[in-house]
Amino acid sequence: MTAVRTRRRVALLACLLSGCASLANAAGGTLRIITWADYVPADVVAQFTKETGIKVEVALSNNEEIISKLRATRGAGFDLAQPSQDRILGPQQEFGIYKPIDLAKVQVDRIQPDLLATVRRNATIGGRLYALPYVWGAEGLVVNTKRTQINDYLDLCRADLRGRTSVRLRRPTLMAFAFAMGKDPFALYSDTKAYTALMEQVGARLIACKANFRFFFDNRDQLLNGMRSGELHAAMMWDSGGWKLNRENPDIKFIAPKSGALGWLDTYALPARGKNEAAAYAWINFTLRPEIAARIAKSIGNFSAAKGADQLTDPVLRAQFAASFPEGFKSVRWYPAIPPGLEEIEGRILDRVKAAK
Amino acid sequence: MAETTTQASQRLILWLLLAPALIWLLGLILLPHLDLALLSLRERTGPGEYAFGLAQYRTFFSEPLYWDVFVRTATLSVIATALTLLLAFPIAWTIAKLTRGRLSALLFAVCLIPFWVSETVRTLGWMILLRETGVLPSLLVTLGVTEVPIEMLYRDATILVGLVYTSLLFMVVPLYGSLESLDDSLIEAGYDLGGNGWTVLRTVVIPHAAPGITAGCIVVFMLTLGNYLTASLLGGKNSLWFTEQIYTQFITRFNWEQGAAFGFLLLALSSVMVWIGLRLSGQRFSDVMSRT
Amino acid sequence: MTTFDLEAKGLSKHFGTHTAVDALSFGVERGSFFSILGPSGCGKTTLLRMIAGFVEPDAGDVEIGGRSMRGVPPNRRPVNMVFQQLALFPMMSVGENVAYGLARRGVRRADRERKVDEMLERVGLPGSAAKRVDQLSGGQRQRVAIARSLVLEPTLLLLDEPLGALDLKLRERMKIELKQLQAAFGTTFVYITHDQSEALVLSDRVAVMNGGRFEQVGTPQELYYSPATPFVAGFVGANNRIEGRVTSIDGDLVEVRSESGWAVHARRQGALRLGDAAAAFVRPEVAVLGRSMADLALAEPAAVHRGTVESLLFDGANSVVLLREQASRCEFRVALPQTGRYADLKVNEPVLFSFAADRAVCFATGSAHG
Repeated sequence: MTAVRTRRRVALLACLLSGCASLANAAGGTLRIITWADYVPADVVAQFTKETGIKVEVALSNNEEIISKLRATRGAGFDLAQPSQDRILGPQQEFGIYKPIDLAKVQVDRIQPDLLATVRRNATIGGRLYALPYVWGAEGLVVNTKRTQINDYLDLCRADLRGRTSVRLRRPTLMAFAFAMGKDPFALYSDTKAYTALMEQVGARLIACKANFRFFFDNRDQLLNGMRSGELHAAMMWDSGGWKLNRENPDIKFIAPKSGALGWLDTYALPARGKNEAAAYAWINFTLRPEIAARIAKSIGNFSAAKGADQLTDPVLRAQFAASFPEGFKSVRWYPAIPPGLEEIEGRILDRVKAAK
Repeated sequence: MAETTTQASQRLILWLLLAPALIWLLGLILLPHLDLALLSLRERTGPGEYAFGLAQYRTFFSEPLYWDVFVRTATLSVIATALTLLLAFPIAWTIAKLTRGRLSALLFAVCLIPFWVSETVRTLGWMILLRETGVLPSLLVTLGVTEVPIEMLYRDATILVGLVYTSLLFMVVPLYGSLESLDDSLIEAGYDLGGNGWTVLRTVVIPHAAPGITAGCIVVFMLTLGNYLTASLLGGKNSLWFTEQIYTQFITRFNWEQGAAFGFLLLALSSVMVWIGLRLSGQRFSDVMSRT
Repeated sequence: MTTFDLEAKGLSKHFGTHTAVDALSFGVERGSFFSILGPSGCGKTTLLRMIAGFVEPDAGDVEIGGRSMRGVPPNRRPVNMVFQQLALFPMMSVGENVAYGLARRGVRRADRERKVDEMLERVGLPGSAAKRVDQLSGGQRQRVAIARSLVLEPTLLLLDEPLGALDLKLRERMKIELKQLQAAFGTTFVYITHDQSEALVLSDRVAVMNGGRFEQVGTPQELYYSPATPFVAGFVGANNRIEGRVTSIDGDLVEVRSESGWAVHARRQGALRLGDAAAAFVRPEVAVLGRSMADLALAEPAAVHRGTVESLLFDGANSVVLLREQASRCEFRVALPQTGRYADLKVNEPVLFSFAADRAVCFATGSAHG
């Protein structure tokens, strides 16, 4: 009696210690995706499951968490991840959390070539490609024109906007302010010393500006609520969030800053120890279909990397786009891949900004 | 012979009974900590290459920022603990000495109510209440106390309020236990022999409740020190809480080595503070733990 | 003229509909040992707490040393209390316990220490100041508790059944010690207890309390030999109780006949008329026992009753034999003589017993007066 119970307990413990994950995953045909909010719409999942019989489990996350989680499991736990294209190279070199894409299994011809080229440039390691483009957009400024007028990131620091602006305490803010200060941080990526000096300058500028920031926002809704309630008059924001606000309140506009909007591009990447690779490729090809890609882009409010999915056919969005980017995308800067070690430098600067009084 | 067999089987049963606790302790507490300790003693020498070194701890002491956050977290935690004690004492006293039966059960329930919702929801509730366009600032304007709505979030005082609110129950329970066991006649004897409210509190009640007070303070201090959500959400742009630093190092900076070192420094801090607390109150650890 | 250290004037306390103390008035002479004796729930604790100041009376006043205590909090009253469980402060040493009250009065440390040492010496605990309370025996703690109060030289020392927690042997010793301490200090003691033996041994005067009132206040001897009410007769000391109706009256002596037909003679206490319901009380030691009339050796004529031995309750000097009266089957206790005679009585053995009518008392009971 006791022996049986003990044995069962031992089995249970062994199961606990080994994570028991293998049991849960044994059910074939499940695709586990770690991605951003809105990136995997429910109706698209439903159709995918209906067509392929593969179930989809979605974990919502952001760039840093994607990397951290995959690092913790050395690339296990998910079959597909969607980090930004500049966040592939460093983490991959450092932690080896992804595996290369087998282009033979992907309908590459469905991807917009210029976006694929950008990803190739930033996410190729040892001659092998580690990511494919998924959606893209640009980061700029959102402003309540009823309350104030601004042109560039540094305007967020104007005396009359004290306590009325917000940025994320993340690296895009450092990049944006560096450009606004007339510097090119991307050019200094490989020069650690000069880069550190620049970042310290940017940090000092942000600290000087700190009284203007009501808070540092952590997620989109926090920022949107701040703008809606009128607590914020202007903030750094990405396009889809800005246009969403604009649809609700025409006074709130999303603008490309004078020093240039920063372009981001999120990808498909395969975690190194993903279990269901076939399902991941099936999903990639499924979502590259123009009509599916269009639905996804609409859900996110950004632009798809798939050919023929350009939702700029939506007249409202087309008008918003034209208003925000009068010169088209010429002024958008794309993030180059971040070499390992850079983020530690930036991290220390961000900590200092946060701690400053 | 038979006796040895019984002894052996008894020992086996003892080990089997202890096994889950031991495995828990070893597998889920000790081993991860060992792993973290080793991690904190690594420094990065190149992509994916590490060497043994104290760089992580050096960074902590050489970068004033981390040290400041560390001291700030400790200071605010001590203040929060003291405020919680001040607030919890009358509550515990009321429950233990002034009310009986249903009323004291009701008072306990009131202390429990905050825990019926998750910490996230609770904290978000506070944010809705206190933000500039929130309930309380608007109310103050309506009442004519302030002319324009004032932002009540993102201040140290707000963090303290949140922390105290979250910790109250953990102070009330051990305090209640130690006050409950205080014989009423001791209090009366204190008065009878000429003591007033303050001297009876100081000479009779507090010495008797000392193990409970210490236990409550240790629990609350550790909870506050290790708090993440309340401090970061209510604190806003200036709130640097040490746990936030650890989270940042692990999650957004991918700097596990630094995070691990911070974790150990926090562990050391709480151990030192607990030790100081025990020394100051003249309590023994075992006595105090039996009260929690 | 007698001076009272404690005077209660129309003192009342109600808890809801329950009357704990009912319009009590009494005085306690300076330097005397006064006991309040009563069963639990009789209101004696409430009375004591009103004197100490922990309970506010609904009506009436307490005067201590001639001063009204209305509105005076416990810590300002010239009264100290020895609590039931003694309530020594466990986290303080013996010396600190005794010094506690002095410190509250602002007595300087050197004076405090001197007084504490003196006091400990007087209560027979010299050199114990540094000891922890839990190192003392029960009796020693008792003395510390008294020393802690007496060092403040109170007008009145209240004692709330302080011997209750002690074992029998110690209790007997502490009774004597308490009496000696009181005599030595000369402080007025007010002592409450439910133990009649404590009250009788210790007190100059005893008040028997029941239902919030004093049934009788008097010396122990008065209470024992001349109880004023059936309650006192039944509560103070052992007593046989025979209930019935008054069948004849002869001056102070009455005959009470029980329903089962047993007639006894007793001295009348209070008004009684023929036919009244009444109870006679006979103390076991008042009755004499014999196997034959010759054994009884009556000094004066008295009724002789017959009974059978029900059981023998041996308790040293307090041994009694439990009888049943032959005709009525009423229970009756008779003390066994100290000589050891009749120790050989057998169960069911027929015996004779008798008692002098003027040493038995009789009260009216119930609503016989209409």
